[in-house]
Amino acid sequence: MQRIEKANQKAIDRMVAGDPVLVDVIPAARAIPALKDRMILHAGPPIEWGRMCGPMRGAIMGIAVFEGWADDLAEAESMAAAGEFEFHPNHHFDAVGPMTGMTTFSQPLMVVENATYGNRAYCAINEGLGKVMRFGGNDAEVLERLCWLRDDFGPSLGRALRHMDGLPLKSLVARGLTMGDEMHQRNVACSGLTLRALSPVLAATSDTNEALAKALAFMGDNDQFFLNIAMAMGKSIMDPVRDIEGASVVTAMCRNGTDFGIRVSGTGDAWFTSPVEMPAGLYFPGFTEKDANPDMGDSTIVETIGLGGFAMGAAPAVAGFVGAGAASEAGHYTRTMSEIAIAENPEWTIPSMDYLGVPTGIDIRLVVETGLAPTINTGIAHREPGVGQVGAGVVRAPMACFEKALLALAASLGVS
Amino acid sequence: MSAVIINEVRKGFYLDSVALMRMSRTVADLDGVEEAAMMMGTPSNIQIMEDAGLLEELGKSAGGGDLIIGIRAVDVASVELARDKANEQLDAPAARGGDGEAWRPRTLRAAVREVPDANLALISVPGDFAIAEARKAIRRGLHAMIFSDNVEVEAEAELKREAQDLGRLVMGPDCGTAIINGTPLAFANVVSRGGIGIVGASGTGTQEVSCLISQYGGGISHAIGVGGRDLNSEVGGISTVMAIDSLCHDQATEHIVLISKPPPAEVASRVLDRIAISRKPATICFIGASDLPMPDNATQVFNLRAAARAALGLDDSNQATPKVSFVSVSGRSQIQGLYSGGTLCAEAQVLLRAAELAICSNAPVPGVPNLIDANTGHRLLDLGDDQYTQGRPHPMIEPGVRDDAIIAALNNPEIAIILVDVVIGYGAHLDPAGHLVAVLSANSLPDAPLVIASVTGTDEDPQVRSAQMAKLADAGVQVAPTNADAAQWAIELINVAS
Repeated sequence: MQRIEKANQKAIDRMVAGDPVLVDVIPAARAIPALKDRMILHAGPPIEWGRMCGPMRGAIMGIAVFEGWADDLAEAESMAAAGEFEFHPNHHFDAVGPMTGMTTFSQPLMVVENATYGNRAYCAINEGLGKVMRFGGNDAEVLERLCWLRDDFGPSLGRALRHMDGLPLKSLVARGLTMGDEMHQRNVACSGLTLRALSPVLAATSDTNEALAKALAFMGDNDQFFLNIAMAMGKSIMDPVRDIEGASVVTAMCRNGTDFGIRVSGTGDAWFTSPVEMPAGLYFPGFTEKDANPDMGDSTIVETIGLGGFAMGAAPAVAGFVGAGAASEAGHYTRTMSEIAIAENPEWTIPSMDYLGVPTGIDIRLVVETGLAPTINTGIAHREPGVGQVGAGVVRAPMACFEKALLALAASLGVS
Repeated sequence: MSAVIINEVRKGFYLDSVALMRMSRTVADLDGVEEAAMMMGTPSNIQIMEDAGLLEELGKSAGGGDLIIGIRAVDVASVELARDKANEQLDAPAARGGDGEAWRPRTLRAAVREVPDANLALISVPGDFAIAEARKAIRRGLHAMIFSDNVEVEAEAELKREAQDLGRLVMGPDCGTAIINGTPLAFANVVSRGGIGIVGASGTGTQEVSCLISQYGGGISHAIGVGGRDLNSEVGGISTVMAIDSLCHDQATEHIVLISKPPPAEVASRVLDRIAISRKPATICFIGASDLPMPDNATQVFNLRAAARAALGLDDSNQATPKVSFVSVSGRSQIQGLYSGGTLCAEAQVLLRAAELAICSNAPVPGVPNLIDANTGHRLLDLGDDQYTQGRPHPMIEPGVRDDAIIAALNNPEIAIILVDVVIGYGAHLDPAGHLVAVLSANSLPDAPLVIASVTGTDEDPQVRSAQMAKLADAGVQVAPTNADAAQWAIELINVAS
């Protein structure tokens, strides 16, 4: 018992000491040298082609065409079915990806460095709204945008970040929380703050006015631009917390559209999985819950560090997604999540809740004891590949993951 | 029949997308509406609305700062109605800011963070979980009051031993009444504050004594419940002794009253030994017990009224019960006591037993036969006993569970007197006297048995004791000043009749 408390304190200390800085954008092959040809990193815990959901398959087909491994989607599909691609979770390679979370070697990856511990974490650039690969979109427009990100925007963003010696994220997120973001469903403020910080540097380092204008418009048009940065940030904060013997703190939560998986500090790199649940939420016109794909993406790393559903109190407008929830009761979500977290973040605070710190360090013991599963704010993908986002809502992490993890942690400590 | 589409564009009208999605759902759910959306006219939103078959030329012309209303319905009437509804929602912003429901912690851990200086947890969960929650509480340094029942006595003893080692008091399980520092917990009354501290293994006993002390002009420092089994051999009076310890150390307490069923000899002596080393005087009421040797600083009393009076230094022997002034009960001979409070029933038994009346009870005090063995003589029933409350609310919460017994007694030609208690205060029914009067008047018969009642409570209680008494008196019920007096009246009437 005391061993666990001590281990958890160490985990919390490391989380709070983390100093994430967005430092660069580099090709995936350089960021992750182990990332080979025909190797695809995806969101969530490990999964094989046969069990993948529609959007995940759609994204794999699209990325295979993008990488030039297949001439068209049909060929990509048969290659995938024939086992010609190697699939691994992003989490196994210091990376994270939203929704389907495709990461392949020629994509540009944003690099967040945890200055305190020196580790780096990676995430692809957010593609914007509408038809996008993270929701399984794979048509020509989607692939064309990915090419532009790879050839133009990614390199220019990397240049700007190097020029400014990186963009520190901890204080930026602290300001975003005071401005109504929770960094999962709502990134309007942080995206704006990022644009504000980057604009002059982009202008100073851009080749042409035309390229600059396009880059600024792309960032400015995308309310969720910051999400992928927040995700890489989350990964960079949590990775130094992995492998603390006896610690019951969750170090990763993610889903691949089929399974929900968590990792816990004291059980190292083991995954504890359970079938994903369906989000409850609001749908875009023309779509209903019948169209929805089950929960998907690595973006739950944001909840793992105390943002997203855990910081709902900072973003009352988002509370409306759960249907009956009044905006004035958004803080209840945060306070309820503090029942399963060990500490409050001293720097990430919510003004309307008297500067309550966001709940930090999900303790699997508390999750199992209270029966309160983490609340996750999420986008909802269409269950067919290529259609895209159809809504947004709230979903709970499945309790079984935490129960399994708790048994394994107990076993690791010699308790049965 | 083809669908009808309507578009409307509000120039420069901005609303948050989540708010718009919620309104859209309301409109889309209207009868006859196939699809509806209200969105800001950004290119991606226009695409979404077009894909959903909601746009005409007008909608497509909207700019990013314009709000588009798009509705597709089965006919013109439906589409018009939906448009009105959409506009009504857009034009009617919330009239008042919601304060929202207050957040309540779901766990002890969160509650302690909300109120860091709290030192007591009241636990009311199904019995299977009560011990685990209480253990969490004491390990966090809290005293625990356990309202829950259905807890194994071994588990209670084990918990109390751990609490004792930690220096924490466990009140309960099955602790229904406490007043700590003037704060009533669970079933308790609004009594005056003063120098008398009560340790009670009985809920209604504690209520009656604390209310009478208050009525007689005294006051209560604390009333500490310990649970009905604390003085059993298995538990050995751990909490009772700890409660006496704390009252001995409490500056506000000048006199200690102990109320319990008669404990086994070894537990009684342990408790009395603790009383003996106290510098404070004590009143001991082991209801139903015979004369016991008492320490010099303790006085033994035999009913609850006597306990209240002794604690205040008032003599109870000369306390003439107010004279009965009502007509005698000719031709009938039985007393039927229908009690909601277990200790009130026990007190009545003690008095009837002392008057050498033949009685039986489902919850007998020593010397009184159980009605299972000897269902004869006057019957005094504890309707709050487990056998009556399985799967039903307690009669103090829901007086209706006593109705059938009262109606049966009213119609029983052998019964001369019905004795009832009316317990008010926090936790109790909001108008038990009103309920009783309604039952009596609905079943009024010529020559019906006489009903004698008393009201346990105070005028400061939410139900107001004097108002409850007046309701009963107006309905022809004889209202005694105390539960003991009610029993005395019944005894006198029966003796006169025979």
